[in-house]
Amino acid sequence: MERKPIYLDYSATTPVDPRVAEKMIPYLTEHFGNPASRSHTYGWTAEKAVENARDEVAKLVGADSREIVWTSGATESNNLAIKGAAHFYAASKGKHLITIATEHKAVIDVVRELERQGFEATFIEPEPDGLVDLAKFNAAIRPDTVLASVMLVNNEIGVIQDIESIGKICRENNVIFHVDAAQATGKVKIDLETLPVDLMSFSAHKTYGPKGIGALYVRRKPRIRIEAQMHGGGHERGMRSGTLPTHQIVGMGEAFRIAREEMELENARIRKLRDRLLAGLQTIEETYVNGDLARRVPHNLNISFNYVEGESLIMAVKDIAVSSGSACTSASLEPSYVLRALGRSDELAHSSIRFSLGRFTTEADVDYTIELMKSKIGKLRELSPLWEMFKDGIDISKVQWAAH
Amino acid sequence: MTSVFFDHNSTTALKTEVLEAMLPFMVNQQGNASSRHSFGRAARTAIEHAREQVATAVNAQPSQVLFTASGTESNNFAVQGICSNLEKGQILTSAVEHPCVSRPALAMQVRGWQARSINVDANCNVDMNDLQALLAMPTNLVSVMLANNETGAIQKIPAIGELARQHKAYMHTDAVQALGKINVDFAALNVHAMTISSHKIGGPLGAGALVLDKRVDIQPLLYGGGQERGLRSGTENIPAIVGFGAACELAIKNLATFAHHTLHLREVLEAGLAKLNATIFGSESKRIPNTSFFAFPNIEGETLVTALDKKGFAVASGSACSSDSSEPSHVLLAMGVDEDLARGAVRVSFGANNTMEQVQHFLAVLESELVRLRNLTAIAA
Repeated sequence: MERKPIYLDYSATTPVDPRVAEKMIPYLTEHFGNPASRSHTYGWTAEKAVENARDEVAKLVGADSREIVWTSGATESNNLAIKGAAHFYAASKGKHLITIATEHKAVIDVVRELERQGFEATFIEPEPDGLVDLAKFNAAIRPDTVLASVMLVNNEIGVIQDIESIGKICRENNVIFHVDAAQATGKVKIDLETLPVDLMSFSAHKTYGPKGIGALYVRRKPRIRIEAQMHGGGHERGMRSGTLPTHQIVGMGEAFRIAREEMELENARIRKLRDRLLAGLQTIEETYVNGDLARRVPHNLNISFNYVEGESLIMAVKDIAVSSGSACTSASLEPSYVLRALGRSDELAHSSIRFSLGRFTTEADVDYTIELMKSKIGKLRELSPLWEMFKDGIDISKVQWAAH
Repeated sequence: MTSVFFDHNSTTALKTEVLEAMLPFMVNQQGNASSRHSFGRAARTAIEHAREQVATAVNAQPSQVLFTASGTESNNFAVQGICSNLEKGQILTSAVEHPCVSRPALAMQVRGWQARSINVDANCNVDMNDLQALLAMPTNLVSVMLANNETGAIQKIPAIGELARQHKAYMHTDAVQALGKINVDFAALNVHAMTISSHKIGGPLGAGALVLDKRVDIQPLLYGGGQERGLRSGTENIPAIVGFGAACELAIKNLATFAHHTLHLREVLEAGLAKLNATIFGSESKRIPNTSFFAFPNIEGETLVTALDKKGFAVASGSACSSDSSEPSHVLLAMGVDEDLARGAVRVSFGANNTMEQVQHFLAVLESELVRLRNLTAIAA
């Protein structure tokens, strides 16, 4: 039988924790009611489960459960937050938006759509370490800035933005502040009671919960208003209509409960594994870590292997499941726009690999990966004329290539 | 604890075969369908298989099926997405639509479109003369549901679609309550877009689809990673989509049996209701076989369903989705039903597992509850 590849792509999606699956299944079978059904026990049981899960999600992030709105995932949360608040406040505040060039597509493409609708947007370039310069952020604010959106943890390079400071700047300037935290839950402590954040997006399937469910935090004090994007039965206090998928909500609640209880220990364990992986890979010549190493979640390691062609690299490491760019766009051969924004060359961006570790990663997985990378990179470089030139001391950037 | 479920138009229990199809994708096999490694490719294959199952069930092409998270999302997507790319005109929806069709139309009105409602007759059928008259004004979209969730009335969609086409309007139908209960043929319905949902046919909550004629230029509701041909971004909910596909296949396989069985149950139910002097709404109309919507004069629907729940029968007092409104059903008011009688409305919607014994027991319980409630009312008065 073919050996299953080692899964090191936890930032694309995580397996559902068996404890989560176990909690979900009864709500697929015996407790199958529609939580909006008010006339019978099936409905009430489902509704109660939905509200318990809402409490768990709120607890992980220091929110009030009334501030949690269910969605179908972080993409919908980002769409609802950004379009919903921009439309609601455009008349009173203005039509300028600020975001970061390294945001997830589910933020960037929403902002682009708003531009088509007549909004203006500033895309701040991060520093080479992936972090946002606060002075640059401050300078981007205009009198008509209505909303800023900055992700807490980057999906490709794992860096953690200084949300607290950025949020303070937003407060001082009366700008609505949205944070995409899809990659952060269970990895970074989030306390919305103290964080100056107005809207925050969450996803279940990046935190060992099921796909198809997410949430949006909408601050109550001071109260933030959003325009609904989906209209209908008036679920979720009118902010988001649609029958609630009880089993998925139960799964998200359980996943977030586990995250709250176990994140401290788990992060320490994963950090050790990541550091072991990093130490092992750094024995390979000409490797570059992308993004700041210190202000970064322990789960992520994004490395470029110089003088290796990106596509052949991916083909060569089939025994491990990794990403060479964000999973959501990795069907395209464009170099990662995130790495490009850090100032990486096309070549280095192409030859990057994102290793993302998680709950079920073992030391043996890491050691296997190190050996695999060493051997494959060695072989690919043996075939590479560029590597040969580099070894001969030729500065490739100065080579005048003949046109053909 | 409730034991008899007569509320299958609100949601259905997951079929065992569907759960079995989903489980491997819930617990073992993981992967983001956009990832290129083997985990991702397995997820992609599963989604495309489900797309074929859904397409086959409604006689559409797989490339016409766009997966969403729900019927509500599909309806919002159709109404907002189709109209947004057109020069502002009218949006016509029938007076008995589910709110997730009529409310997006009203939201478009805020953005400069005109939302107008098409009248229905006393049997819940669209008034073709009214539609014809409304279509005199430039119209972007006509949206009429295939089967009504409350009365079960089936609309003449091909004829309505024809009229819409003659006036160069797009036609959308919400077929959520029709799928699995009657034959749903996208090609024959003469529509540009059609909404279907998984959890009404023994599939899981969390999956729906918009079946769309590819010539329609639709604007996405959700932007991001570019999934579903760039028309619906968001990581695919693989287990739910797999379950939806399996449920579609089963629903079509079992369609004839389901229709025959539930129709038989309804005939017995309605014969019993007639003896108790109930008014049955839309009974003159062609209806989906599993649904009966009725009322008794001077009996509050809410009171009756609560009493029935205590006796072990889960029924609905109107649309489950209109959460906590105590307003009488907008469907009944549109049909011209007296407001007081409308407040008494109770909906029974059968599923494949309901039995004749349950129906007979229900009728007996209903009769005694009616006597009890009437006595209470008499004392109070």
